[in-house]
Amino acid sequence: MTDDDRVFRALADPTRRFLLDRLFERDGRTLTELESGLEMTRFGVMKHLRVLEDAGLVVTRRSGREKLHFLNPVPIRLIHDRWIDKYRERQVSALAELKSELEEETG
Amino acid sequence: MTTMTETKTTQVYRVYIKATPQAIWDAITKPEWTERYGFGGRVEYELRPGGSYRVPTTEAMKEAGAQMGISTPDVMVDGEVIEADPPRRLVQTWRMLMDRETEAEGFTRLTYEIEESSGGVSRLTLVHELEGAPKLAALTAGEREAEGAGGGWSWVLSDLKTLLETGESMPR
Repeated sequence: MTDDDRVFRALADPTRRFLLDRLFERDGRTLTELESGLEMTRFGVMKHLRVLEDAGLVVTRRSGREKLHFLNPVPIRLIHDRWIDKYRERQVSALAELKSELEEETG
Repeated sequence: MTTMTETKTTQVYRVYIKATPQAIWDAITKPEWTERYGFGGRVEYELRPGGSYRVPTTEAMKEAGAQMGISTPDVMVDGEVIEADPPRRLVQTWRMLMDRETEAEGFTRLTYEIEESSGGVSRLTLVHELEGAPKLAALTAGEREAEGAGGGWSWVLSDLKTLLETGESMPR
């Protein structure tokens, strides 16, 4: 599985997207805090967090006795920069070509 | 958006790069590398505790500032080196002088950690402690990208990865 596969797989689940949204609202949360918004066992939440960590979307750091979870936006940015931008540029250049062609016709 | 950034006090960014820790270290600390990705500034580091750190403003930064309607200072970022352990760990203070608001927020703390992973890949983790600096936090989170202020650390690290792995900078 490539890095991108891991990211897409991790994002393909609503619970995991919910966890990322919670970290987006406020970063650096404990497992207990993340658990509180979910109707799910602690073990279930941990499993989802592990998938997010394997995909690089969540990074954990120790702060004293607590383990804090941080949202890492870099993998999404990498997909954006290397993958989505490519198609967007093509669309933009196709539109630019269309414009010049149309203008030539009328001009 | 404001309520969100106010609570964001520490930001953590991690990227895996197919490069040696030394190559990543050089790409962070040497001007001939830093001018090729991200904001393209040429860093000036004194790599010892208490040493100075500066990024003089480039022409491109001045143009971007003019677009945003601000006059840019001669130095864009400054700070002080706290710990330099090449090629593994760099801790420093970091202050953005782009405008009066970020300047007034003062110095924040930035840590780079570089660890060797498997298969010739290294792991770069950047921790930016942004207590009391919500304006800067919004900037480093990339929230002002549409205004021309750059996409924050995600963008910088994505660009750094591309440069080290392909030898080329991303098209602007």
